[in-house]
Amino acid sequence: MAKLRIDDVTLRFLPKGGKPVTALDRISLDVAEEEFSVIVGPSGCGKSSLLRLVAGLIEPSAGTISLDGKIVTRPGRDRGMVFQSYTLFPWLTVQDNVEFGLKLGGMAVAERKRIAKRYIEQVGLEGFEKSYPKQLSGGMMQRVALARALANDPEILLMDEPFGALDSQTRSLMQELLLNIWEQSHKTVLFITHDIDEAILLGDRVHVMTARPGRIKEVVEIDIPRPRNVDVLTSIEFIAIKRRIMALIHDEAVRAMG
Amino acid sequence: MRPFLEAYTAPKKEIPRRVYLTVSALVGISIFVFWSVLSYGELVRPDFLPTPVEVVQAAISGYEDGSLIVNTGVSLTEIMAGFVLASIFAVPLGILMGSFKIVEAAIEPVANFMRYIPVSALIPLLILWVGIDIGEKIAVIFLGTFFQQLILIADVSRAVSHDLLDVSYTLGADRRTVVTRVLIPATMPGVVDTLRVTLGWAWTYLVVAELVAANQGLGYFILNSMRGLFTDQIFLGIMVIGLLGLITDQLFKLLRDWLMPWASES
Repeated sequence: MAKLRIDDVTLRFLPKGGKPVTALDRISLDVAEEEFSVIVGPSGCGKSSLLRLVAGLIEPSAGTISLDGKIVTRPGRDRGMVFQSYTLFPWLTVQDNVEFGLKLGGMAVAERKRIAKRYIEQVGLEGFEKSYPKQLSGGMMQRVALARALANDPEILLMDEPFGALDSQTRSLMQELLLNIWEQSHKTVLFITHDIDEAILLGDRVHVMTARPGRIKEVVEIDIPRPRNVDVLTSIEFIAIKRRIMALIHDEAVRAMG
Repeated sequence: MRPFLEAYTAPKKEIPRRVYLTVSALVGISIFVFWSVLSYGELVRPDFLPTPVEVVQAAISGYEDGSLIVNTGVSLTEIMAGFVLASIFAVPLGILMGSFKIVEAAIEPVANFMRYIPVSALIPLLILWVGIDIGEKIAVIFLGTFFQQLILIADVSRAVSHDLLDVSYTLGADRRTVVTRVLIPATMPGVVDTLRVTLGWAWTYLVVAELVAANQGLGYFILNSMRGLFTDQIFLGIMVIGLLGLITDQLFKLLRDWLMPWASES
């Protein structure tokens, strides 16, 4: 059985004073337990909306989303999320940011300190526990956001272009960090990006989306062996897959401009 | 001269602190020198422009006969009472108004109407209703600051990022927790900045109220001094108001740095 099942989901909305728009059109998609699943698509294809639907932050117009067989109706701590924008709580230190969800869950102080420490170390930020977000760089803030989401031990981790605002060197480092962490935990992940390289580097499967109305055009299995690092970006198999996905997206772009 | 201009006239560039302080001091001293030349040189009629020493003497005699202290005390009491009262209501209501559409719908039309009425236009009505005692001054300050605070704080609350609230939901927060643990702390730096700005405006409303009808307070002190052509006392009253404004402004700044070391610069 699929861990996450998106079943025939449609999302329509009515822009102010405009005609109704179908952002997502009958999308079905499964993510298996311990799978790193990526959705790649052109901007405006509704991929972020799809992730927000899974998070329970918005409701579908039709269709259902279920996690472990339970239908999603609202946001919950079983679906942790990392946003593209910086979403650390500015008034909390790195330590308190990472503990935020655990504290809400009523965990004892000693226990949550121990867990926070582990994840802060895992993202390589030991020594910054007492820093406030304004003292951190963009890459460091996203690492804390990742640690905060992981510390809550969600059933699935939702990532909405988490490295999209970072410069390309930092982004590479973050991708390797995420690969490393994932190798250790095999957490189920649904990751959104418009960056094809990123999608192939990270994912077990890549769902290619069409431009509006958003549909899943094709699912590409990435059989590049793990553990991976950025060296695979220049391998022959990587380039073959990239060529295939680029062609799919290119068709879309042409059709959209048509 | 040229390297000086080159180094210190680039837009939005930092300059050394030493240079900054020197320029500030020079301008302050220049104003003082200009005033001294005009007054001691009797380039302006002494009735109209007191000398610095006369203002100091006015301060000493005002302190000795108690008139300065009493009037300053009255004004401070009025402004603090009106300002605190307005803030107590405006802060929570503004935060709700900026983040809950239903509250916005209820309050914003009224608030927008009220804030375009200069509070000075309400003074005659308030005198009729409340009288000319301290209660009327407090009412003027309350009405003058409350609606401005409300609109500004609603904007602060509106500007809190949606993603910040959304991420809290995904971490397990419910609506109530999102409001108390995320929305309210997120608005705090903006709230303190708003209070700081509106306290400055409150001084204006206070003095206007005291100029129109009062028998004590700094505005009354100034107006009364005008009747006897005591320009030294008028100067004194104005300077005390300026000084008190400066002090309260700095206190707010200290408070912000002390309570919210995590906040970015305003």
